[in-house]
Amino acid sequence: MAKISVEDLKRIKEKTSQESSLRGGETTVKVTVHMGTCGIAAGARSVMNTLLEEKAESNRTDIKIVAAGCLGMCSSEPNITVEIVGQEPIVYKKMDPNKTRQVFRRHILKGEVQTDFALGKG
Amino acid sequence: MKELSLHILDLVENSIQAGATQIDIKIDETHLHTHIKITVTDNGKGIDPAMLAVISDPFVTSRTTRRVGLGIALFKAASERCEGIFSIQSRQGNGTTVTATFAIDHLDRAPLGDLGATMTTLIAGYPDIGIRYHHILFQDSFTMNTAELKSGLDTVELNDPAILSRIKEMINDFCKQ
Repeated sequence: MAKISVEDLKRIKEKTSQESSLRGGETTVKVTVHMGTCGIAAGARSVMNTLLEEKAESNRTDIKIVAAGCLGMCSSEPNITVEIVGQEPIVYKKMDPNKTRQVFRRHILKGEVQTDFALGKG
Repeated sequence: MKELSLHILDLVENSIQAGATQIDIKIDETHLHTHIKITVTDNGKGIDPAMLAVISDPFVTSRTTRRVGLGIALFKAASERCEGIFSIQSRQGNGTTVTATFAIDHLDRAPLGDLGATMTTLIAGYPDIGIRYHHILFQDSFTMNTAELKSGLDTVELNDPAILSRIKEMINDFCKQ
């Protein structure tokens, strides 16, 4: 029987913990992926996995990526909400892996809101 | 839904909306030697009998953001069009179990799909939820218990990107065999 074991993950953790300890544990950016049935059917899972890949590449531990339920805007799914501390939250619509990469690299890392994909503020 | 693993993600989403903190996902690819059986069990608040009777009607939902709820209806339809059986059992205060079978070689059966992506999405997206995943494939089986991993790693979160990608790789390696 195969199993994901603690020992296996511990080795990986040891390798990466030195790098991540350089940054504080505080969250400065929160990205929410909306995962109702509509969002999932429209591709929210690939958007989530793209965000996780980008976060891994950026080496930023202050970025938090979470999931939440339906936003009520089914026709514009997949939606994500980007909240940077001290700034207004921005909701992005009809995301796909490419747009997600652009939002991550331009908005989250550089602070440039990608108005072309934005659904609105709040 | 293009993949059964997306239905699983959707079912778990329902469980979380129902206040579940522990979710068991079981996939048995050898059920009766002809079917895949998917079971999702949660410890959420459960569904009252009146709601349970009509739950697979798309125009029934407990949500207030929109008036149609398609998740359960889609899962049931996906199962029944591939000679499967769908069932849902729930008791208020005791959680809910959703089960569906799918004839493996039915033309309309969606592939299981990227289960690694579904699991990493759940672990990363809902760090406070405990997930047990058990997958049976002929002689072999695979398990993951996030509560066990969290306590063993001496950390509250499994959210480390390197750990997530390792989990995804292990699950997908198992599914590929």
